[in-house]
Amino acid sequence: MSTPKTLYDKIWDAHIVHSDPDGTCLLYIDRHLVHEVTSPQAFEGLRMSGRKVRAPEKTIAVPDHNVPTTENRDDGIDNEESRIQVEALDKNAKDFGVNYYPVSDIRQGIVHIVGPEQGWTLPGMTVVCGDSHTATHGAFGALAHGIGTSEVEHVLATQTLIQKKSKNMKVEITGKLRPGVTAKDITLAVIGETGTAGGTGYVIEYCGQAIRELSMEGRMTVCNMAIEGGARAGLIAPDEKTYEYCKGRPHSPKGTSWEMALAYWKTLFSDEDASFDKVVTIKGEDIPPLVTWGTSPEDVLPITAAVPDPETFSGGKIEAVRRSLEYMGLQAGQKLSEIEIDTVFIGSCTNGRIEDLRAASEILKGKKIKEGMRAMVVPGSGLVRMQAEEEGIAEIFREAGFEWRLAGCSMCLAMNPDQLEEGERCASTSNRNFEGRQGYRGRTHLVSPAMAAAAAITGKLTDVREIQ
Amino acid sequence: MEKFEKLAGVAAPMPLVNIDTDMIIPKVFLKTIKRSGLGVNLFDEMRYDREGNEKPEFVLNKAQYRGSKILVAGDNFGCGSSREHAPWAIADFGIKCVISTSFADIFYNNCFKNGILPLVLPEDQVDILMKDAEKGANSIIEVDLENQTIVSSDGEVFSFEVDPFKKHCLLNGLDDIGLTMEKEDHITAYESKASQLFPWA
Repeated sequence: MSTPKTLYDKIWDAHIVHSDPDGTCLLYIDRHLVHEVTSPQAFEGLRMSGRKVRAPEKTIAVPDHNVPTTENRDDGIDNEESRIQVEALDKNAKDFGVNYYPVSDIRQGIVHIVGPEQGWTLPGMTVVCGDSHTATHGAFGALAHGIGTSEVEHVLATQTLIQKKSKNMKVEITGKLRPGVTAKDITLAVIGETGTAGGTGYVIEYCGQAIRELSMEGRMTVCNMAIEGGARAGLIAPDEKTYEYCKGRPHSPKGTSWEMALAYWKTLFSDEDASFDKVVTIKGEDIPPLVTWGTSPEDVLPITAAVPDPETFSGGKIEAVRRSLEYMGLQAGQKLSEIEIDTVFIGSCTNGRIEDLRAASEILKGKKIKEGMRAMVVPGSGLVRMQAEEEGIAEIFREAGFEWRLAGCSMCLAMNPDQLEEGERCASTSNRNFEGRQGYRGRTHLVSPAMAAAAAITGKLTDVREIQ
Repeated sequence: MEKFEKLAGVAAPMPLVNIDTDMIIPKVFLKTIKRSGLGVNLFDEMRYDREGNEKPEFVLNKAQYRGSKILVAGDNFGCGSSREHAPWAIADFGIKCVISTSFADIFYNNCFKNGILPLVLPEDQVDILMKDAEKGANSIIEVDLENQTIVSSDGEVFSFEVDPFKKHCLLNGLDDIGLTMEKEDHITAYESKASQLFPWA
């Protein structure tokens, strides 16, 4: 009998091009996603060494980080450096012949939303991108992770990556989620449990009833933040929901090819006796709606809790918490539900999909945001935006007082005009609450889309379960 | 890539845990299409005020640390985004070795592509080197990659682990792409096998 394998083992083994005795492997890459920020130096490297893109048909580029999200963006990008970076991608995509969705294309959006939406991301594949949130694609049972620009150049030139295998971690979320609790709360709960370095050296496989019951959108949210827990990648075994999502997408297989793919995808699960190096179990019913209070994604607590006292931590974290409370302008003991906010951002590769917009609009229906609140919703792609308009969701946002924007990374990372001003405080559906992440001296509280909508109405961090 | 063999120099102490890549190089500097020139913006928001004046209390602004070749940092250094601008900025500043109890995965890999040695040591040893670093200009730390040793200013010798392949590339300044291209036959063979097994991919 063969040794039982994890899902990670199976995908890894299927992609080995060459392995050295010390365990260093050359791994084949099925899909290479590219955006404008981490690729210009890689394309320049190819030019300087006279190399080509080995598999342009497996390379997909889309500008997202620098792109303005206002209606007038067809007039061009004001910021010169941003414009140069987007123009560089336009040129590189054309010169090297890779698949490209320019700003003017309705299919443009955040690279991690466009990939699955267009059917580029499929179960069992290896997917890389010069972006840490590539972990998102693990929701399909694809081995997906972020790489640096030198590795982007390596993949462009060779369609492979030099890798050593990570360890296997199983994160099981048992039982059902309670009302008001979402995929975002699951992924924050896991990071709260393991810490931001808890996943370092591991590939996580998420499983359990609560994960199985999530939609594909929810699963992408969970895997998206695997990196915030330090993991190389997050994975979820494909099932009927996965196949259903993939079926009929522009670049997913058709006809007999589909049947062949489906038969293979059905073998992609961790064998019953497969061994994991680490196992974390969380009861789904124990997860409440969560918010972050500090400047690391591990700084997470239930909305019903209070800001912690730095002295209750240990080691280097004591100083880090002192620093983050000062940065965040918070006092130990302050109730999280009394923290006033002035900005709400709904969007990003974590929570910019149709289901996220639906969840927020459910809360906002027939309500108005608090006076003086700056609230924006930024669909993850042009197609998500179009669908939301067709479903009447856009209208709910507009009537509530939200700005209804065009697709892009927007305020998740402030490389474009959407930024926090110094001292502004934002309830954000994005993935990082680092110092300065959403703008210089801006303050970020990470929440789910429903919690962000609730905060927009009340003007403070709010328990979504209390909004009727 | 520049070779890394031995290094001796002053180490800058940064005991803060979870120093993320947004701190190392804020996103405003990611808009470059070049690799060079980022050293001046290393740790920008910690290092300068809004007007661009140096904050005198920041470690790299202190006279004894301005020429640091080594950084001793708190746990989980380099977490967050995959931006290779972080190691580019560190190398451009002149730092060629970062010591911590742990590094984020992508940052760790990116260092090796840029002639930087990221060193993982146990907490008690990092504590000793952190104290060494805090002594400033007279405290020289020596790193020897070939022999995998680090010598504190008091002559204490610690050994460290490093992946043999990464060590080989760093010692010889080798370009990964060139090495992989030597395996062209293996790649072609894989592609032909995969086109049978996974034609949809």
